[in-house]
Amino acid sequence: MSLKGKRIVIAKPGLDGHDVGAKVIAIALRDAGAEVIYTGLRKAPSMIAQVAVDEDVDAVGLSILTGSHKELVADTIRCLNDMGADDIPLFVGGTIPDQDIQDLKDAGVREVFTAAMAIDDVVAVIDRLIGDAGNDP
Amino acid sequence: MGDTASRTDTAEPETGPTRVSTATPSGIEVPEVITPEMVDRSRPEAPGEYPFTRGIFENGYRGRLWTFRQYSGFGSAEETNERYRFLLERGQTGLSVALDLPTQCGYDPDDPMARAEVGKVGVSLSSLAEMEILFDGIALDRISTSFTINGTAAIIYSMYLATADKQGVDRDKLTGTIQNDILKEYVARGTWIFPVRPSMRLIADTVLYSNDQTPRFNPISIAGAHVRDAGVSAVEEIAYTLANGLAYVDELVRRGGDINRFAKRLSFFFYVHMDFFEEVCKFRAARRIWAKLLRERYGVTDKKALMFRFGVVCGGSSLTAAQPYNNIVRVGVENMAAVLGGAQSIFTCAYDEAFQIPTETSAEIALRTQQMIAHESGIARTVDPLGGSYYVEWLTDRMEEEIMRVMGDIDAMGGAVQAIEDGRIQQLTAQAAHRRKSAQDRGVTTVVGVNAFKNADEDRDFGDVFRLDPTVSRRVLEKLDAVRERRDQSTVKNSLARLEAAAAKDDENLLPYLVDCCHAYATVGEMVATLKNQWGGFVEPIRL
Repeated sequence: MSLKGKRIVIAKPGLDGHDVGAKVIAIALRDAGAEVIYTGLRKAPSMIAQVAVDEDVDAVGLSILTGSHKELVADTIRCLNDMGADDIPLFVGGTIPDQDIQDLKDAGVREVFTAAMAIDDVVAVIDRLIGDAGNDP
Repeated sequence: MGDTASRTDTAEPETGPTRVSTATPSGIEVPEVITPEMVDRSRPEAPGEYPFTRGIFENGYRGRLWTFRQYSGFGSAEETNERYRFLLERGQTGLSVALDLPTQCGYDPDDPMARAEVGKVGVSLSSLAEMEILFDGIALDRISTSFTINGTAAIIYSMYLATADKQGVDRDKLTGTIQNDILKEYVARGTWIFPVRPSMRLIADTVLYSNDQTPRFNPISIAGAHVRDAGVSAVEEIAYTLANGLAYVDELVRRGGDINRFAKRLSFFFYVHMDFFEEVCKFRAARRIWAKLLRERYGVTDKKALMFRFGVVCGGSSLTAAQPYNNIVRVGVENMAAVLGGAQSIFTCAYDEAFQIPTETSAEIALRTQQMIAHESGIARTVDPLGGSYYVEWLTDRMEEEIMRVMGDIDAMGGAVQAIEDGRIQQLTAQAAHRRKSAQDRGVTTVVGVNAFKNADEDRDFGDVFRLDPTVSRRVLEKLDAVRERRDQSTVKNSLARLEAAAAKDDENLLPYLVDCCHAYATVGEMVATLKNQWGGFVEPIRL
């Protein structure tokens, strides 16, 4: 995996305290060479967008397991847009029902991951996302 | 009957493993045969006697079966009250209260951080007014109430006392449990609010005040369940939890608590996963270690104060979204391990909990599982029926050694409080989660239906997550406004000021002040903000 030199924010928006998935992905991305900025729990979407811009990251990952993914994703996308950072690829992991995945993608999320996926597959998809974003004109 | 060879032949190698693993999930290598010579028989142990390896009661479940815990729903205080009355009319005596995340994290429902979560995973209790609605028409001296609450446990407990006061119920008649275990929140569940040390003070305040005012109430349930579900092994689950337990004991002793008294009201809470004998033996080892530590390290003399009492959940992350009916069998195996391990209370997950809110049918199967094990299987007939098995006694000893080794590591980090302040236990837990997931991805550990014996046409259907009734949130906000409007503002202001002054001192028990604030209809958010003024908030140490 060629994530060397890439910077990725892994964030926990809202009050959700389940951070296992976020940390497992953060460790896997780091092991694949990326520089990972893990925000810790209970971050406001505005704060997550601010970190993404300040740290000049290549991708933003949100982990949400409380069922509040639609609200929190919409807020984060709005904050990223407000800061002119809508080009940063956004991915989401957590307990996301199948019927919500397309809605999240329509809202601007590039990929949605669930616990059933193998870590290596998740890392490979993120790697491709960042590659695609870098090739955009 | 087919022999082993033909069974092996029928298994297709590409669909799953054909050999059993030789080590337990905690990494204990198990010999092919365990002989009588390999087991220490020098100390005959009796059930109900120190160190309680064979159970805390001399008659096991003959005297009393374990408690079957019931699933609890969510919604508004009004709806939950209705459901409680329904359950009580049908003979249930224990209620279980799930609270929404804003209440658990100390935010009022109108806080911007709370908006998306009001009423979502439990009921919103922003002030005494909501708890009065929750228990309207339910006499608190006639029920036992269990609150899954940690960061704001002292506040919710104070609110419960204020509700009892309002009902005219004597406090010493109250029974129930608050989880009130903040240390594991920093590691796994995440509803911390204040820094570690003032949080420890608040817990000691609660335990001491409860021992005095509500002697039949369990003011703390020290939980390994969440750390286990996050990814650590059975050995680490017990070791981290006992280390946290010792940290609370140290704090209570430092505060002048009588250990022979308060230790009687400490209880524990764990997950049961699938490795049957390791799960049974972890409980046997935990009982032995706890009793020994309390007697040898703290000089506890009261027999009841040495007893390790615990409840369990069967299911959790051992359940799979793939081939969901397999989970019925998993929960059955885990339920048996819990009984053979000597649990005092057991909650069985519904088979569909891995991916949706349980249906009536799935919740019923979960309860029926317990009833079949209690009344059909016969395993509760005699105390500790596995006692004396070469393997069980050998593995109990090995688990004890391993748990003590991990507890020694925590001691070397400066104890549980220091290790958690430094983010060390959090780091070990995250790394364990990564290892567990990687081992499953690579097929090193077998999960049927997930990484072995998969069905080609398996649909991964996630079902539905809980959808909040939008009117719940609106009504909660309206009620909050009304409470703020009609309460006596100067009483609120004065009670919060007295709370803050008491929090500034180190040796003042804060519970009487919190009860006063609750009586004045101060909100959870106001009480938390007042304490934060003095203590600040917890800053999460990030170590991956």
